[in-house]
Amino acid sequence: MTTPAPAARRRSTPLTIAMLAVLAYFLLPLFWLVISSTKSTQDLFNTFGLWFSHAPQLWTNIRQTLTHDDGIFWHWLLNTVLYAGVSALGAALLAAAAGYGFAKFRFRGNNAGFNLVLGAVMVPATALAIPTYLLFAKVGLVNTPWAIILPSLVNPFGLYLMRVYTEDAVPDSLIEAARIDGAGEARIFFRIALRLLAPGLVTVVLFTLVATWNNYFLPLIMLNDPGLYPVTVGLSSWAAQAQNGGAGSSSDMLALVVTGSMLSVVPLVAAFLLLQRYWQSGLASGSVKQ
Amino acid sequence: MTAATAAPRRESRRGVRPGSAGPLFVAPFMVLFLLLFLAPLVYAAYLSLFQSKLIGGTSFVGLDNYVTALKDPLFLRGVGRVATFFVIQVPLMLVLALLFALALDSGLLRLAKVIRLGIFVPYAVPSVVATLMWGYLYGPSFGPFAQLSDKLGLPAPHFLSDSWMLGSLANIVTWEFVGYNMIILYAALRTIPTELYEAAAMDGAGAWRIAWSIKIPALKPALMLTLLFSVIGSFQLFNEPKLLMNIAPDVIDSAYTANLYAYSLAFTGQQVNYAATVSFLLGLVIVIVSYVVLLTANRRRAS
Repeated sequence: MTTPAPAARRRSTPLTIAMLAVLAYFLLPLFWLVISSTKSTQDLFNTFGLWFSHAPQLWTNIRQTLTHDDGIFWHWLLNTVLYAGVSALGAALLAAAAGYGFAKFRFRGNNAGFNLVLGAVMVPATALAIPTYLLFAKVGLVNTPWAIILPSLVNPFGLYLMRVYTEDAVPDSLIEAARIDGAGEARIFFRIALRLLAPGLVTVVLFTLVATWNNYFLPLIMLNDPGLYPVTVGLSSWAAQAQNGGAGSSSDMLALVVTGSMLSVVPLVAAFLLLQRYWQSGLASGSVKQ
Repeated sequence: MTAATAAPRRESRRGVRPGSAGPLFVAPFMVLFLLLFLAPLVYAAYLSLFQSKLIGGTSFVGLDNYVTALKDPLFLRGVGRVATFFVIQVPLMLVLALLFALALDSGLLRLAKVIRLGIFVPYAVPSVVATLMWGYLYGPSFGPFAQLSDKLGLPAPHFLSDSWMLGSLANIVTWEFVGYNMIILYAALRTIPTELYEAAAMDGAGAWRIAWSIKIPALKPALMLTLLFSVIGSFQLFNEPKLLMNIAPDVIDSAYTANLYAYSLAFTGQQVNYAATVSFLLGLVIVIVSYVVLLTANRRRAS
């Protein structure tokens, strides 16, 4: 990434203003979410949506969200962290090993295998979800954490990315030198190659993390025990309650849905902002080579 | 520079040992791939050849389910709707992503980093949360748009009405994914050697001319990638309509999109065989559209 010398830089104020307007559109719903998570359900209806009410109660809302129904929201958060974490690490490791194998070894079926997986990039995950559900129902995996984790472990695009990345980042001469020093293939992969593949790995981890964290369709069909729900399915069940309930016991649900939404967004946004150096360079290498 | 590095690489490539380690590295992924990717597809294909009736149990019916599906007005309407969605929303989203990426890459922006990350942030928001937020924003009871037009004495916009719904959905999906596509295109733009720009500027080309004649052609592979992902994304549209169904049940029915229809068949209608047929057909439609998109783009590139 070369940046031109500061002296040569010209800035355009009209373009900056236009892009700031665009930015405002993208941040508007999140701004609304933060404001709304400080309001009681009553204030949500009675005060202007884009500014604070007179009685902000963020902590009350957070406490209520986390304690409602014996703290089921905690379960949902922990489930999400578990499903997304295991899936992301597993998917990245599997993709890295396979990408390394495809890139650095020649064996019978190398190209055929890789092309088979590449063709699968086109098969939509959601069109696959109902067939997967039917199969899992047959073998008794439905309504277990495995029903969410197993399908997320296979990431064809991740494999593609890791293969391309390996070709660039792991020089053959280095592998050759390690072999001459007597290192075994596993040792070379775990000790040398994985370290060089770190930016690519972080990219696959992050994007699988997002995909699993945000997954709704798969857990919706696979799970019917609320104790196993991830945050997305849990929140949508609360939202349905808030919609149907109207008055009475569930009248506070709306504030819980809004505050829960806010809480579920924070970790991922933080992860993306903290790890931006890694995923931006990882994406660059994947999108350029075709 | 590439020529210099290519030669020794080919040399050492020959030195890569054929050994048995390669298949071992590849095996774990491939085994899971076969079990979790191909097996469900095969199983769905198998199921789609049967029909189960209350009386008489399950029987083999050949391609009957497919014939039914291709004549099923609910399925065809759902596919038609996501096709409309694709034709309108995807070009809009990709053009916006391209414009934003070019603006960021032009070096003319102040606060470029803040703008880049801010536009990307919605990608990290779960589509469930995105849809809930926009649903409430659209809403007539406490959405700020309704509140504002109420204050100004204007009629509130009916974002959730039948005629607006597809546009409202398109807005949510665009909000979620413009940033992601922008980042892919921006990353590709950053790899174009700056010497090309300098040479063009020397020849008197302006910023627009450079964007049109150098940057956009160089972006073709990245644009293809984003286009393909968008085909997949829009044809399997599910989360957003499923969640808006709660607040607009009169507008979104259980067959609003093809995927929603397959879901309703499997889980409300208990018509497992027919649901497998519909999922399988939908997957087929997506693969066909993807290949048509790829072929058209490649032909245009060749000519």
